Amino acid sequence: MELSTYKDVLVFIEQRESNVQSVALELLGKARDLADCLGEKVIALIAGESITEKAQDLIYYGADEVICIDSPFLKDYITEQYTQALYQAIQSRKPSIVLIGATTIGRDIGPRLSARLCTGLTADCTKLEISEDRNLLMTRPAFGGNLMATIVCKEHRPQMSTVRPGVMRKRETDLSRIGSIEHFSPNFDTSKFKVKLLESVKEERGKIDITEAKILVSGGRGAGSGGFKKLKELAKVLNAEVSASRAAVDAGIVSHDRQVGQTGKTVRPNLYFALGISGAIQHLAGMEESDFIVAVNKDKYAPIFQVSDLGIVGDVSQIVPLLTERLAKEKKGR
Amino acid sequence: MKIVVCIKQVPDTTEIKINPLTGTLIRDGVPSIMNPDDKCGLEVALTLKDKYGAHVTVITMGPPQADDVLREALAMGADEAVLLTDRKFAGADTLATSNALASALRKMEWNLIVTGRQAIDGDTAQVGPQIAEHLDIPQISYAEEVSYDGDKTFKVKRQTEEGYQILEADSPLLVTVITSGNKPRYMSVKGIVEAVEKEVHTLGAADINADESKLGLKGSPTKVHKAFSKGVKSAGEQFEVEPEEAVGIIISKLKEKFII
Repeated sequence: MELSTYKDVLVFIEQRESNVQSVALELLGKARDLADCLGEKVIALIAGESITEKAQDLIYYGADEVICIDSPFLKDYITEQYTQALYQAIQSRKPSIVLIGATTIGRDIGPRLSARLCTGLTADCTKLEISEDRNLLMTRPAFGGNLMATIVCKEHRPQMSTVRPGVMRKRETDLSRIGSIEHFSPNFDTSKFKVKLLESVKEERGKIDITEAKILVSGGRGAGSGGFKKLKELAKVLNAEVSASRAAVDAGIVSHDRQVGQTGKTVRPNLYFALGISGAIQHLAGMEESDFIVAVNKDKYAPIFQVSDLGIVGDVSQIVPLLTERLAKEKKGR
Repeated sequence: MKIVVCIKQVPDTTEIKINPLTGTLIRDGVPSIMNPDDKCGLEVALTLKDKYGAHVTVITMGPPQADDVLREALAMGADEAVLLTDRKFAGADTLATSNALASALRKMEWNLIVTGRQAIDGDTAQVGPQIAEHLDIPQISYAEEVSYDGDKTFKVKRQTEEGYQILEADSPLLVTVITSGNKPRYMSVKGIVEAVEKEVHTLGAADINADESKLGLKGSPTKVHKAFSKGVKSAGEQFEVEPEEAVGIIISKLKEKFII
C-alpha cells in the first residue's frame, strides 16, 4: 500500500430523514483540527436521497470539500447500499483519515467498511491527535472504561475511527467559509442488496436527548422511584434533564435512553449532579468530562468523589428537596 | 437449519476495581464469564431451535481455558462446540480476529450466524460485521428479536436510537444481538452432565486454511501504541455538614461559577 497517496480527513456525515446528525458536525470540528495540524483538507461525505442542499452548511461547519452521493438506493440506511457507496467514494478520493459517528448506523457500517477496505478501525475514540510522524493517535477506553489505550494504524490507509456523540465539540458556524461541492455516482451492484427494511418505528422514549442538556440531574438506584420524583422536581427548577446510572435503569426506574455511562450515553453538560451515585467506573466514563460536577452521597469514600468538583457527604433524600426549595426561591428573587 | 453462534470469554469488567491511589487496575480475582451479548445471541439461537428444530454450534477463539464458556453453552443447549486456539491467533485486533473466525466458519455449514453486538472487554462491536463482510453475507446488527418463517426468511427487530426497525433477509445471514431482547436460559442439570462428556473440537491455524499473514498481531492493522490507566482526577472539595449548610454551599458554588 502506497501510504503517501492517501491524504486529507474525511467525515461521514450521517443523516436521518435528511437531518444531519449532531455527531457529524462534532466530527467536522475535530477533523478541522486534525487537518490544520497536517496541513490538509477536510472532506465531508454525505450520502442519501435529495441531500445536496445540506452541503453548504457542512462547509460553514468546517469542511473544505463536500462529496454528495445522491441516490434513491440511499433513502434509508441499509448496510450494503451504504457500504458500496462509501467504499467506492473512499477508494476514489483516498483520504488518509476517515471519521464516523459511533451511532447504531456508524457502528454498523464502520466495521463492514473497514473490512472491505482491509484497514483498521478503532471504535469509540475519546481523543484524536496527530503524532510527530503524522499518524493518527486514537485513544479509547477499554475494559469497561477501566483502562485507556492509544491505538495506531501505521501501515494501512485510511486510518478509521468512530467517535460517540457528545465527545467532540461542534465549531461555531462560520458563514464566510468557502469550499467546493462535488457529486459522486457509485456503480451499485444491486444483486448484493439482500436486506429489506420493512418498517421504521419511532418510540416516545427517543424524544429526549440527554447529551444535548446543559444541566443534568442524575440519580442512582439508591434514589428509588420515589427519589426520582424528587430529582425531577429539582430538574424542573434548574431547567435540567433527569438522567441515571445503569443501576437505576436496570432496576426499571428510568428508561435506557437516559442512562449515562459506558453502555449508555456520554455527556458533558455544564453542570452534572450525581445524586446517590457511587460512581462505578462505567458511569464515570460517561460523565467525567462534565464542566462542573456536584456529587451527593452517604458514603464519603464513594468513587464519585474522585471526579466531583464539589462533594457533599450526606443523604440525598434530605438534601434534594431542600435544594429544590432554595433554588426555587432564588429564581423568584431574581 | 444450522446455526453457528460466536461467543467470547471475557473478564467480568464490572468486577474490575481501581486502586484509588495509583489509578491502576486490580485484575486479580476477576471472574471470567461468557460475554453478555453473546449469551443473548445463544439464547436467540436456542429459541429458534426450540421452535423450528436446529443444530446449534458454538465457536470461540481464545486460550485453552475458553473451553469453560463452550461447556456452559453446551449445558444451555448447544449441540456442538469448536475452540479455535493457536499462538498464531494471539495479539489479534478485530480485523485479524474476524479473519480467523471467518476462515473457520468457511469450513462449517450454516444458514444463520449469530454473534453478540459487542464484548464487554473491548466494546468495539466490530467482529460480527467484519465476519459478515469476509463471508460476503448480509448482516443485521443491534438485533433484539429474530424470527423465522420456517423456510429461509428471517425477520429481525433492530434497535435504533429513536426506536426500532423491522428488517428482512433470506439465509445466509449474520445477526449481532443485544441484551435487551431476551433473558438467557440457565444451564439445565441434564445439560451440565452431558456437557462434561461432550467433545469440544479444537482447531488451530493450520486446520482452517487461513492466510497466516492475516492472523494475530501480524494480521492486525491496528496496534496498541500505549495503554495507561486514566489516573486519578484530583478530587474537588468535599464537605460533610448538615443538609441546610450543604445546600447553602452548593448554591453559593453554583453562583460563583455563574451556573445559576
